Amino acid sequence: MPHTLNKALEPFLIIVGSLSVSMVLFGAFVAAAGANPFEVYQTMYRAAFGTSFSWQNTLIRAAPLMLTALCTALPGYLGLIIIGGEGAVVMGGLFAAIAALTIPDASPMVVLTTMALAGMAAGAIWLAIGGALRHYRAVNETISSLLLNYIAIALLNHLVTSTFRDPESLNHPSTHHIGEANMIGLIPGTDLHWGLVFGIVACILSWFLMHHTVFGFSSQIAGGNVRAAQIAGLPVGRLILIVCCVAGAAGGLAGMVEVAAIHGRANDTLNANYGYAGILVAFVARNNPLAIIPVAVLLGGIRASSGLLQRVHELPDATVLVMQGIIFLVILFSETLYGRFSRMPKQGAV
Amino acid sequence: MEVGWWGVLIAVLGGAIRIGTPFLFVSLGECLTEKSGRINLGLEGTLVMGAMTGYAVALHSGSPWLGVLCAGLAGMTLGALHSWLCSFRRVNDIAVGIAMMLFGTGLAFFLGKPYIQPSAPRLPSIDLGGWSDVPQLSAALQINALFLLGVIVAIALGWMLKHTAWGLKVRVVGESADAARALGLPVDRIRIMSTALGGFLAGIGGSYLSLYYPFNWSEGLSSGQGLMAVALVIFARWKPVGCLWVSLLWGGAAALGPSLQSVGITGGYYIFNAIPYIMTLAVMIITCSPRRNLAGVPHELTVTR
Repeated sequence: MPHTLNKALEPFLIIVGSLSVSMVLFGAFVAAAGANPFEVYQTMYRAAFGTSFSWQNTLIRAAPLMLTALCTALPGYLGLIIIGGEGAVVMGGLFAAIAALTIPDASPMVVLTTMALAGMAAGAIWLAIGGALRHYRAVNETISSLLLNYIAIALLNHLVTSTFRDPESLNHPSTHHIGEANMIGLIPGTDLHWGLVFGIVACILSWFLMHHTVFGFSSQIAGGNVRAAQIAGLPVGRLILIVCCVAGAAGGLAGMVEVAAIHGRANDTLNANYGYAGILVAFVARNNPLAIIPVAVLLGGIRASSGLLQRVHELPDATVLVMQGIIFLVILFSETLYGRFSRMPKQGAV
Repeated sequence: MEVGWWGVLIAVLGGAIRIGTPFLFVSLGECLTEKSGRINLGLEGTLVMGAMTGYAVALHSGSPWLGVLCAGLAGMTLGALHSWLCSFRRVNDIAVGIAMMLFGTGLAFFLGKPYIQPSAPRLPSIDLGGWSDVPQLSAALQINALFLLGVIVAIALGWMLKHTAWGLKVRVVGESADAARALGLPVDRIRIMSTALGGFLAGIGGSYLSLYYPFNWSEGLSSGQGLMAVALVIFARWKPVGCLWVSLLWGGAAALGPSLQSVGITGGYYIFNAIPYIMTLAVMIITCSPRRNLAGVPHELTVTR
């Protein structure tokens, strides 16, 4: 078998195999919880991909996952494990809303552009803090990015209950509404908002950046071996900062879309765990931005099925969390299988 | 008697013990795990799972102490799963930790759904403040037995790591797996045992949350204590007794917001609540450096590489 084919086939087989094993394990889990696993899977399929309505439900959830997955996937090229997508979403949504409220009289196009830029900038800065601390202070980026998530949520809660609070939002402190005219519309002919297009375009652009530019190639070298990259004269610190900024901008954009397409205001609904699910998407896709698109759709489908699982099988809404956890563990375990199936070149054959 | 600003100080000190106890157990568990050269970011999930298990068992059996024990056993199972997965080639302990965090919390929410409403028996506290007629002070001195247990565990763990053959083995495995293998030590088995035992302690920390303070089971019960434990251990320089002081400091910091609220300072409530996270980040920025290794760090630890 030619080596190149092997290289492409191996991850595919291992990932499909891991997902199958996860399905068996999860099936056993729901069986132990007293539900029929075959019926559960049937329900999940129906709720996620069965009708055009369920497809729309799935795709609406997949859109932010594509963007938050990039928060983990892109720094992954540099060997960093950053899990600050949640913070980038929260900061992006918060500052997008604030930006919109500072220019109340501008035209919708100007408002949306400003929101997108503000959200992306906020997300970029938030994620880049973790990357910068890693490079300049050797602070573990996984822990710092996770702590920054909590700090972002605290900042959001603080600002929407004080400076930017809409006094009319009594039970659910929020900012003022950005104005109906400023909301992102739907893709013509569907019930889907434009966030899905943003997600797909961001994934394709990221893939192009990391696989077809000198910048992406340099990042991959720095991720493979920092010493070698430094000896080759690559500006590792700058690479880390730029990649983290791009990744954070994707997360910030996800937050902006949540505000501008769904809620209309910033409040704690921004903290909807899209960041954490995005980590799983990135790991399953092995950080490849193109693979993120189908994986995000799959996971969006799993999340979309939560409601129907509750109604039909009386399974708690955390059922999909358990499934996500099982998939996550099996996928990580499958790392150990890489290289065991590909044929080694025979000794002395070269 | 008017206590005013003294009330803030007393509340912070009382909070240091009350809020610091789960920090103490989780950081001791993390400390032991890291001493063996692994990092377990999944203790956040372990904590939540321990809280749920402890609450459920206490409710069904009527005995909070049985709940504490079962919470520990649940944590031990998760710890063993983490370290078993990590003992395979190329499996990254930090990534598995993230997965265990999501898996542990998901599983706890799933199994804990029926326990959100009913009320379980509470862990008893020891009244050390009966002599005082200041209600704030006597309330602050209501100390839970688990805190005292945590103090004993901290001292015992520190002594055992330093003075026993078992402790030496854990430290050798944490310093250099190659050296340990050359000595014929079973590296993976020692790491699995250390991580499982660490999970046991973290599980107990979780049961404190649900069975003593805040004394309920809900999905928002833990707020990153399991995660901050990693930074606490760095701050404590991988010394169990250090974990005790650092946990008290963090507990006090977390109590600052609510105590200020009690004297009428309500602005910035969320910012005060974020102090432990900000402190944790600040400690990591100050103590880490790209040019040198941290004093006392086990050299096999991926977190500092």
